[in-house]
Amino acid sequence: MLTRGLKRKCSEDEAPAGPLQRQSLLDMSLAKLQLCHMLAEPNLCRSVLIANTVRQIQEEMTQDGSWSLPGPQTAGRLPRDHLVSTEVLCRSAWAGPAPAPDPADLASALQAVPATQVPRAVPGGPWDRAVPGESQGGFPRSLDQVFGTLESHGPGAVEELLSDVGGSYCDLDAVLTGVVGGAKSGPEGLETFASVAAPPRGTSCKADLGELDHVVEILVET
Amino acid sequence: MGEDTDTRKINHSFLRDHSYVTEEALSKPTKENRLSPSLRAAVSSQISTSDIISTVEFNHTGELLATGDKGGRVVIFQREPEVRRGLSKNAPHSQGEYDVYSTFQSHEPEFDYLKSLEIEEKINKIKWLPQQNAAHSLLSTNGFQRSEASGELSSCMDKTIKLWKITERDKRPEGYNLKDEEGKLKDLSTVTSLQVPVLKPMDLMVEVSPRRVFANGHTYHINSISVNSDCETYMSADDLRINLWHLAITDRSFNIVDIKPANMEDLTEVITASEFHPHHCNLFVYSSSKGSLRLCDMRAAALCDKHSKLFEEPEDPSNRSFFSEIISSVSDVKFSHSGRYMLTRDYLTVKVWDLNMEARPIETYQVHDYLRSKLCSLYENDCIFDKFECAWNGSDRNAFSLGEVGEKSVIMTGAYNNFFRMFDRNTKRDVTLEASRESSKPRAVLKPRRVCVGGKRRRDDISVDSLDFTKKILHTAWHPAENIIAIAATNNLYIFQDKVNSDMH
Repeated sequence: MLTRGLKRKCSEDEAPAGPLQRQSLLDMSLAKLQLCHMLAEPNLCRSVLIANTVRQIQEEMTQDGSWSLPGPQTAGRLPRDHLVSTEVLCRSAWAGPAPAPDPADLASALQAVPATQVPRAVPGGPWDRAVPGESQGGFPRSLDQVFGTLESHGPGAVEELLSDVGGSYCDLDAVLTGVVGGAKSGPEGLETFASVAAPPRGTSCKADLGELDHVVEILVET
Repeated sequence: MGEDTDTRKINHSFLRDHSYVTEEALSKPTKENRLSPSLRAAVSSQISTSDIISTVEFNHTGELLATGDKGGRVVIFQREPEVRRGLSKNAPHSQGEYDVYSTFQSHEPEFDYLKSLEIEEKINKIKWLPQQNAAHSLLSTNGFQRSEASGELSSCMDKTIKLWKITERDKRPEGYNLKDEEGKLKDLSTVTSLQVPVLKPMDLMVEVSPRRVFANGHTYHINSISVNSDCETYMSADDLRINLWHLAITDRSFNIVDIKPANMEDLTEVITASEFHPHHCNLFVYSSSKGSLRLCDMRAAALCDKHSKLFEEPEDPSNRSFFSEIISSVSDVKFSHSGRYMLTRDYLTVKVWDLNMEARPIETYQVHDYLRSKLCSLYENDCIFDKFECAWNGSDRNAFSLGEVGEKSVIMTGAYNNFFRMFDRNTKRDVTLEASRESSKPRAVLKPRRVCVGGKRRRDDISVDSLDFTKKILHTAWHPAENIIAIAATNNLYIFQDKVNSDMH
């Protein structure tokens, strides 16, 4: 992996990063985070540093206006997807012991694919507070909880989500994309997100701040 | 002890026949020689990646040197007594070289059946306990966690700290009445008289036994352990918590720092290193990934979440980049022997802090500033996350009487390309040296190296772009009293000694 000398991909690093470099840095960082939870030994320090870098980039991008808060779903999809995937992917690295993803779990989790509409449920709908506790598992569990709440909204919603994806990690982004994409967008949506308080929503829900609040936090603090 | 390199795998045998480079030439004492120790390298050549050295530590007298590797093995070297020959008592013939004393498996590598991965029990840290009797003791910790998820539960196993006792046995009893020499029971009818067993000398045997296992104290990756000056307690730190243990009690520990947020999504800072003050048993410091140091006083509260002092250097706005935070993350913190100063290492610099001044370090030394323009590439290949350690030189016995200003301190840290750097705090001179067999003739004085950053290039300079980033010196140790240093270069251990020539000082 490491070779003599330095790769020349990133050039003129110390010059103020142009949008293109920023984007590539963002992509690189997210890829690293994705790798994090796949490791047998997730390095918390590293994950935190990378996540902070991502946050920094996203903040700057919003400030520059190159990351517009979206009207149409598609326009805003890209950065928020990254945001979301950051959090979900980060979580398992941060949640302590991360057991191997149970293949069955993962497959079922990945089966919930983004259809074009995810039920526009009450704000905070799809994003339940699905933070695995320290003693619980990492990635697959959180996905389970995330999608578990979708099921609680009724079979119709689930129908739209389910499709056969196959259990590859590549689809993860697609999965997360769709779920977020379906959620309310736009500043109003964000505010409603922000106003969501903590009541547990169903038996499978966890009453703590989940990705939702963090997403909000990121977007709101810009 | 030939001059050829011994390439025997450490896994299979005790280390013997290190290649000691023999002295060929003594150069004239110059100013730089003070920082260029003559080369007397004990090189243990190991091939397997699980033999990558992950920690190096001298004991309190410097007689013993312990190394831990990624395979969970500990190798202890012992310094031979100096042999002085001839008429000149200023130039001992043999300066006391280090030989293997003992090796043992501290933590076992295991196989994770869920992930089908072999997990190495990397020794993260070794700390010697002050010697209180004939035996030596050390603490070793593996940082790596393993968990087994069964249904809802995942239990965290084997993040353990182990206390090892190292004893020597050079006598054994002979002349038992009931057992013969091999230990088999004698036929009683052959026993006609009684004898008293006698202790007879035998070949020295070094026995290492685990005396305590401090388990289940940590959920996260243990990055430091530090023995308190009271010699009764020690602390262990992981990414989010610091625990205080009593050396005699293994089933409980006190949590003294906890920075885990209620919601893990809020986590933006982790603990990277920690150490007890060398003299005040109530004080300790811990460093964070955001570049801050917190000095805590255990007398203030049971849970030291509130620091007594916060050491933080304000960010230089002109140097700001997306990597500013990452390169400010402190990878190591060490108190000076006097306890008045702290030494910290972040990615590009080492800094000396005065405990009396929180606003900024009193000194900053650039380790490899030429990397500042390469941060993006180093981020890409993950080198930017490398955790380098730093070290003070051995305490000069006269340091205290000379006062702090006269403290003859030199600080050392590693870099890439098997380079390591030393900074003389008094003269403000620094030197770059290389730990590699190829570049050092046996027993020659180490030649200072230079990295050129464009512009005029001298003959032996190395350009930044040809640095080998796989050859990193993360772990270094300095003998507590003398100018002897131990450098871990991947899977090789180098021990360099300063020439013991009184005319140099």
